[in-house]
Amino acid sequence: MKHLPSERHTLSIIVDNESGVLARIVGLFSARGYNIDSLTVADVSGDHAISRITIVTNGPPPVIDQIMAQLDRIVPVHRVIDLTDYGPHVEREMALVKVAGKGPERDEALRIADIFRARPVDTTTGSFVFEVSGPTSKVDQFIALMREVGLVEVARTGVVAIARGAEAV
Amino acid sequence: MTGDLTGAEIVVQALTDLGVEVVFGYPGGAVLPIYDAIFAQQRIRHILVRHEQAAVHAAEGYARSSGKVGVVLVTSGPGATNAVTGITDALMDSVPLLVLTGQVPTHLIGTDAFQECDTVGITRHCSKHNYLVKDTARLGPVLHEAFYIARSGRPGPVVIDIPKDVQIQRARYEKPVVIGHKTYKPQLKGDRASIEAAVEMIAAAERPIFYTGGGIINSGPVATQLLRDFARLTGAPVTSTLMGLGTMPNEHRQFLGMLGMHGSYEANMAMNRCDLMVCLGARFDDRVTGRLDAFSPNSKKIHVDIDRSSLNKTVRVDLGILGDVGGVLEDMIKIWRARGHKAADLDQWWADIAGWRARDSFGFQQKGPELLPQHAIKRLYELTRDKNPIISTEVGQHQMWAAQHFGFHAPNKWLTSGGLGTMGYGLPAAIGAQLAHPGALVIDIAGEASIQMNIQELGTATQYRLPVKIFIINNEYMGMVRQWQELNHGGRYSESYSDSLPDFVMLAQAYGWKGITIEGPDDLDTGIAAMLAHDGPVVVDCRVTKLANCFPMIPSGAAHTDMILDARDAQGERDEDAKALV
Repeated sequence: MKHLPSERHTLSIIVDNESGVLARIVGLFSARGYNIDSLTVADVSGDHAISRITIVTNGPPPVIDQIMAQLDRIVPVHRVIDLTDYGPHVEREMALVKVAGKGPERDEALRIADIFRARPVDTTTGSFVFEVSGPTSKVDQFIALMREVGLVEVARTGVVAIARGAEAV
Repeated sequence: MTGDLTGAEIVVQALTDLGVEVVFGYPGGAVLPIYDAIFAQQRIRHILVRHEQAAVHAAEGYARSSGKVGVVLVTSGPGATNAVTGITDALMDSVPLLVLTGQVPTHLIGTDAFQECDTVGITRHCSKHNYLVKDTARLGPVLHEAFYIARSGRPGPVVIDIPKDVQIQRARYEKPVVIGHKTYKPQLKGDRASIEAAVEMIAAAERPIFYTGGGIINSGPVATQLLRDFARLTGAPVTSTLMGLGTMPNEHRQFLGMLGMHGSYEANMAMNRCDLMVCLGARFDDRVTGRLDAFSPNSKKIHVDIDRSSLNKTVRVDLGILGDVGGVLEDMIKIWRARGHKAADLDQWWADIAGWRARDSFGFQQKGPELLPQHAIKRLYELTRDKNPIISTEVGQHQMWAAQHFGFHAPNKWLTSGGLGTMGYGLPAAIGAQLAHPGALVIDIAGEASIQMNIQELGTATQYRLPVKIFIINNEYMGMVRQWQELNHGGRYSESYSDSLPDFVMLAQAYGWKGITIEGPDDLDTGIAAMLAHDGPVVVDCRVTKLANCFPMIPSGAAHTDMILDARDAQGERDEDAKALV
């Protein structure tokens, strides 16, 4: 079953916000040889009791099923939702992108940023830091263009995702 | 603060409230307050082992022979790391354990303090769940919750790491009214529609087989009875994994014996040729399936398991049922009866099985002056079966021969390290089982290499006057290693000879045990009789022929149909791919 084509899946994992819970999740992926393409985690409750972890993983469908089952049996995991299977959902990530340069390159960086609705959040006379957000493909594309106009470094959040519509998953 | 208890007192009180009678442990700096609290009471009995690994195996033997939760108490650092092998063993074989480890005081955590290790980090992947308790007030609730987690759903070991200051500080303790966990609630009841579908598939099958495992035993004695009832109603053959031995009586005409790498020819052939496989509380382990792409190619498969991650893990099944196997069997029987199903005509299927049975794959012939290990175990079985013994084993050839030639008739009588394959398991497990069943005959069938891995536990049995018997199948080799070297590595016996063996009789005597030597077939029965006649612990050094191999055998990575029945079929050297398999 390992020879089936890989699929990209976005998982939401609702966990108790307690010490070691992230290590349990990440450790499961490393121990069983699963992939993590990106991972985000933050407290999402009013009382700091619940965290939401978003993991983008890839693997053949039976492996994705196995990942879901393995995650589900970790004691502090409340729920695991495969948003890719669930249906329509929104995925976003944010990046902070630093570019340095003078003259025409600097002008071009600003023009491209405008097209991508990236916002300068820091500037010196020789550099910008842009904040860009959107689907992974858009962030990738923006960073690729910035390489040609003086990219210095990048920090990315990884994907956060939520289902469309009025209901909670 | 009056009325409050120290953390150490809370540990003892909570264990008492949980009905714990025996704790296996070893003291050390970071658990001294708990040992002090144990000293001050009479309700919980502490069993002092000689090595922390043995404490865990003893708790496993106690748990598996009694169905209760085994409890372990060890100190920080080396106490905890020594326990890791046992904890992993319990995880692999689904044994409910509560393992309490001492930890350095909270203000020293993370400073590389004396006897500090990251116990929760180290045991995260080898326990079902674990805790570091930093607040004495949390200790009571955590102990009760951990106990619940250990025995609920698929059982397993739960570790609680308790810093020394948390043991000293005081807090209020109350026995909780509701026992449980806010989110961990394993599904026990199988889906009704799926169970109905399963019953129809079983009723319609022409070549069905029940493939049963340790889950039946973990589900409790009722599940064993239900399996026997359902087997009778359907008339279907039953095979068992290593872990499930005892659920079907050994001599039952519908029982095909153990399946898998060293299982019977009829069990493996029936698994290969069946049209419906009903897997009940087993997990398609690689020792059972052999080569996956050749595993039972033409069957529909039903899998009942309490662990969702076991369903479709390595073998895709047509119908997965998540739930407790005992409850699912009960529902299956009700539906079977309600719908008026009768056992189908399986005559052709049983005729096929009779043909495979006729190969007598466990057969051997004892002749000549050298004692065959199979014969030694067979006679041990025949001479003890009226005493319903509890048998533990170490790991290796003797373990497989015991599984093949010792007959089991009831659950919880067979204690062996299946998943992890831990040499050194058998003696401490026997000690734990003897404590749970003081009047029972408990025998550790051992190898001369394995027994040395926890030989120090002879002292534990002596101290608590436990009449454990050790029956060493002594062939002067790490037999299974030697066998693989013979079959796969051209007979180059690299480091597998058991050199410089102790005189086991003198060793036994040094610990206050009786020692007996069996030199050959002629003194086998008298040796066993002398072992049984002694009311204290006995080591039997049973000298067997040195180069016997354990057959039948499915070589690693081969299909069920490629079974080696006989030494003459075995190859001397295998290709690189085969050598890479375990």
